[in-house]
Amino acid sequence: MAQLDFYTLLPTVVLMAWASGLLIADLFIPRDRKAWTAGLAALGLALALGLTLAQIGRTGTGFAGMVTLDPFAVLANSLLLVSGLLAVGLSFGYLRRRDIDRGEYYSLTLFSVAGMMLMTQAADLIVVFLALEMFSLPLYVLAAFARPQPDSEEAGLKYFLLGAFSAGFLIYGIALVYGATQTTALAGVVTAVATGTASLPLLAAGAGLILVGLGFKVAAVPFHMWTPDVYQGAPTSVTAFMAAGAKIAGFAALMRVFVQAFPVLGEKLTPILWTLAALTMFLGNLVAIAQSNIKRMLAYSSIAHAGYILMALTAYANPQMRQMAVSAALFYLLAYALTNFGAWGVVAALEKQNGGGLELNDYAGLGRKSPALAAAMTIFMLSFTGVPPTLGLIGKIYLFRVTVEAGFIGLAVIGVLTSLVSAYYYLRVVVVMYMREGEPEASMDGWHKAVIALSAALTVLLSLAPAALFSLVSGATLLF
Amino acid sequence: MLLSEATHSAGFFFLAPWLVFVPLIGLLINLIFGRRFSEKTIGTIASLAAGTDFVIAVLLAWSLAAAGGHEAQVTLAEWIHIGNLQLDWTFRVDTLSVMMMLVVSGVGTLIHIYAIGYMHEDVRYKNDPGRYRRFFIYLNLFIAMMMILVSGDSYLMLFVGWEGVGLCSFLLIGFWYDMDTLGRPSWANSNAAKKAFIANRVGDFGFLLAAFTMFWYFGTLQFDGVFAAAPQASEGVILAVTLFLLIGVTGKSAQIPLYIWLPDAMAGPTPVSALIHAATMVTAGVYLVARSAPLYSLSHQAQYIVAMVGGVTALFAATIAVGQYDIKKVLAYSTISQLGFMVAAVGMGAYVAGLFHLVTHAFFKALLFLSAGSVILGMERGHHHLAHHGHGDAHHEEEVFDPGDMRNMGNLRKRMPVTFTVYLIGALALGGIFPFAGFWSKDEILAEAFKEFKTVYWLLAIAAFFTAFYMGRQIWMVFFGNERTEVAAHAEESPRVITVPLMILAALSTLGGALNLPGLHTLETWVEHTFEAVGVHLNVGEFNLTVALSSTGLALLAIFLSWLLYGRKPLQAGDADPLKKMLGPIFTGMENKWWVDEGYQALVIDRYNDLARFLAQTLDWDFWHDWFHEKVIAGAYHGLVAFLSDPIDRGLIDAAANGLARLTKNSAASLRRLQNGFVRSYALSVLLGVVLIMGYLLIK
Amino acid sequence: MLEYIAIAVLFLIAVVLAALIVFLGEIFGPRHSTPRKAMPYESGMRPVGEGRRRMPVRFYLIAVLFILFDIEVIFFLPWAVTFRKLGLFGLVEMFIFILILLVGYVYAWKKGALEWE
Repeated sequence: MAQLDFYTLLPTVVLMAWASGLLIADLFIPRDRKAWTAGLAALGLALALGLTLAQIGRTGTGFAGMVTLDPFAVLANSLLLVSGLLAVGLSFGYLRRRDIDRGEYYSLTLFSVAGMMLMTQAADLIVVFLALEMFSLPLYVLAAFARPQPDSEEAGLKYFLLGAFSAGFLIYGIALVYGATQTTALAGVVTAVATGTASLPLLAAGAGLILVGLGFKVAAVPFHMWTPDVYQGAPTSVTAFMAAGAKIAGFAALMRVFVQAFPVLGEKLTPILWTLAALTMFLGNLVAIAQSNIKRMLAYSSIAHAGYILMALTAYANPQMRQMAVSAALFYLLAYALTNFGAWGVVAALEKQNGGGLELNDYAGLGRKSPALAAAMTIFMLSFTGVPPTLGLIGKIYLFRVTVEAGFIGLAVIGVLTSLVSAYYYLRVVVVMYMREGEPEASMDGWHKAVIALSAALTVLLSLAPAALFSLVSGATLLF
Repeated sequence: MLLSEATHSAGFFFLAPWLVFVPLIGLLINLIFGRRFSEKTIGTIASLAAGTDFVIAVLLAWSLAAAGGHEAQVTLAEWIHIGNLQLDWTFRVDTLSVMMMLVVSGVGTLIHIYAIGYMHEDVRYKNDPGRYRRFFIYLNLFIAMMMILVSGDSYLMLFVGWEGVGLCSFLLIGFWYDMDTLGRPSWANSNAAKKAFIANRVGDFGFLLAAFTMFWYFGTLQFDGVFAAAPQASEGVILAVTLFLLIGVTGKSAQIPLYIWLPDAMAGPTPVSALIHAATMVTAGVYLVARSAPLYSLSHQAQYIVAMVGGVTALFAATIAVGQYDIKKVLAYSTISQLGFMVAAVGMGAYVAGLFHLVTHAFFKALLFLSAGSVILGMERGHHHLAHHGHGDAHHEEEVFDPGDMRNMGNLRKRMPVTFTVYLIGALALGGIFPFAGFWSKDEILAEAFKEFKTVYWLLAIAAFFTAFYMGRQIWMVFFGNERTEVAAHAEESPRVITVPLMILAALSTLGGALNLPGLHTLETWVEHTFEAVGVHLNVGEFNLTVALSSTGLALLAIFLSWLLYGRKPLQAGDADPLKKMLGPIFTGMENKWWVDEGYQALVIDRYNDLARFLAQTLDWDFWHDWFHEKVIAGAYHGLVAFLSDPIDRGLIDAAANGLARLTKNSAASLRRLQNGFVRSYALSVLLGVVLIMGYLLIK
Repeated sequence: MLEYIAIAVLFLIAVVLAALIVFLGEIFGPRHSTPRKAMPYESGMRPVGEGRRRMPVRFYLIAVLFILFDIEVIFFLPWAVTFRKLGLFGLVEMFIFILILLVGYVYAWKKGALEWE
């Protein structure tokens, strides 16, 4: 069975090995040839993506049930690998401009992606924790990658401290679950509950703490406080990757753990999820208005989007809605990831070498200076807001439908209202770009341009033909 | 077995442990609460403790008499039970130990009472009334330790007391540790205390060797066990044990060669000199030999050596006493001399005679010391009076006045009649004049010596002659003639709290001979029980008229001689001692204590210091520290470090110069943001979420 | 159980005695502080320099590397204990493990983390 074991994790293992190899290879690549490293990293990601796609249609478990391979994992992994590719595309030119083009960057990114992929496949809480640390630790380092710039160092340290703090809750929750059920396997938890050997209050406490630990990773209120500081301080390319990757991985784990292991707790946890979702949407959108720094603004925006996805998850208690909720969340994550990379790409392009150019006012005049970039940014802003013809709109519609069908009308209303609020600060960017005079200066290399163009194109085009995506996410079922 | 014996015997034997605990309670009361007590209260508590001990001792004596003199052993606690060594804290109540208890507590109580008055004034002359309490604490501690010593049932328990009294002696000699005897800032007193302690340690070493030898060969340290095993041991072992014990005796009882500490011990307050360094502690050596009688009676060689040591010491110290001017120093050498009498007696096997002299000596020597203290106080009062009333000229005030120097005294019988009377009684008793106590006891010793130990007899007889002479000299110098200083002319008599104990002691010195009158042999009959029980047969002391008449004649001759020299033509202020003119260098030798201290200094102390200096300076510091550590190890290390660190160091400086400033500037800015508490409040926010979620789940 | 009471009593006495001695010393002992008494004790040697000194940051790098590899090497121990049971699979796994360690080691080496300069 060993062959099958490895097969379930093949892309992850290959990526991991590739990252290790890249770490060594990079040592022998001179500083002015770091394009080789970036290229090799992209190659590795592409290879893993290919292997992942080859896994379509296959299912199974590996390593004594520690990991699982199912359509959900394949889709999430593909999304993560695409995110990785987009991140690498954004990074090379940006890093060189910031004078931080060190080779470890790509290895760390690859390690992180591998960790995230392991997270989506984790069928055991121990693996969840392992994967969480595996993708978080490189992120901590990446956040501080622009050292010795104080902002970046601060971001890394804060992220690390608070990440360690919340990981403590996660492991505590895992311990409680183990205490309640004598197992850490997701399937085992269900069995224990079914056979009645589990202690439900203890299990609920454990689930609550796991929710805290993962809620921190996806930046749900009130575990979100680190987000603006870290997103602002980290190099922009890292922020882009972090915002997309960590959210995908975090939500993937949330969905797998809660949907697969804790369905019995659904009734109990619904009010908590409901409150978290409402708070997150409300706070994220509201505070974003007050931001003048584009990075901080997008950070709050990402918090708000975590709220929308949580809204879908609230519905998981209803057995009929479970798969729909997962599909809607996945869809929204896809839409968010694409838009996210585009938006952060524009931010990275406008960021000056000294770290300036991040104020909203620095975007004045962009419409006239670089019309294409401004147009792309407009698309991303519209997509974030949920205005046609963008993927964001489709995602939001999908989410609201699930929420309403699950019976959480109030939550849906909050979602819609906060979406309207968010229009204010998203459109303000558009207004500044087109209506104000200014001399912004954008600098991108070809890959960077390609990422922005691809994101913008996909954001618009996919929204025109959403049916294929629907069938894709609908088929992304969770299996043990 | 021992316990059952104790329980079978009726009487007050159960009180024995309280001999130790009562003084301890007394000292604890003074130690803990004494700060708030008045001097009277402190003295009363301490005296009551000592007095209670005396009552207990009397009760024990009564019980013992009722039990027909059969010893009792009261086991208080298991002490050491290791392998073969089985030792308990057992109180041995027999006629010998009870005799010692009576002396210690009886004389001790009187001296406690005396000290209430004496220390009241002493602490004021020395300008430190705070030490009053400390004095009585030490004094009670001494009584407790002395009781442990005399009541011990094994050599080790005896040793505990032996060391305990040594400690008390040390503490009390150095009581005024920060001054000399005249109250000037100096380390003289504490040096005297050290000297006493060290000399005693040498003796203790002998004691320990004896104890180890006993344990090795006899397998026990318990008296009965040792005495039972001793006859089977070889002569060499007995000789070794007895001679090792003798070393201990020479230390504690101030015999040649370790006596040198006792004269210096006069640095302690006078009640200490009386109690510890005349009446009780220093007789511990005599007690030890008497207690070990079964061992000594097994070896004639040992007996002979002990007797010779005693005899030679008696004569040697007596000659020194003749040349002293300090009133207490005379008495100190007299004490050494008299201890020589006792040691000689117990060495000869005349245990009763030795113990008899121990008791009478306790009476009259305590009396003499206390009276001398009274004289000194009287002089102090005179000095004080002069200083305050301006009679003395300025020059007089400047120079330090020695109230203990006999050359400063004269004609004190007029100013201090009571003290004079009791002093005279004490001197007559010490001089061996019929019918005072000293006559009977000294005569018994001389009679015993005359029988078998002729050499010792002659040594002691000549010593007795000197004794009478120096006491006569002292009486004439102190109490007769004319006042050689203005202070002496203003001396005042002591208060009743001082004189009453003196009168009691004077009575005891007068009548003490009745304890063992020839023909009656009361004391002999009493202590016989103890000696018979361990198989030592006492010869009934015979009164030897020839010896008595000749010694009395010698004493009277000595007194007459002293009158010729000091009484007929009184010493005038500034005069040299008349003996000096007569004897020349011999008197100078007496005056300078035959240069024994100087000899020790040159032969032992300086050599020891040389060795210490060699070890400390040459070996440890120059060689080990300066050469080996500094040069070899540290030098090599420094060389290595210099070799290793030079490039590193330069790199460091480079980094510091270029990088540190920048780093500091940059990180200061970032640190300000890092450390502004945000992370903490972020974590708090997370925690808040946790609390809310968990709280909800808990309530739900 | 009962035979241990003696130990408990001994322990109690030891604690009480120690506390008592300190307490009594506090009450009765004189307190004269001199500069000599306040000096740090250096086994009889004169103290040299400050006790708190800054260390070059290099030490921390070495320390971190040490801890890293030290802890990972501990993993060898249980592996070695169950080596026979694990068989070829275990051997291969350990080779992979060592390989990963080696990657880190080579990286650290090449990056100059092992150089003192």
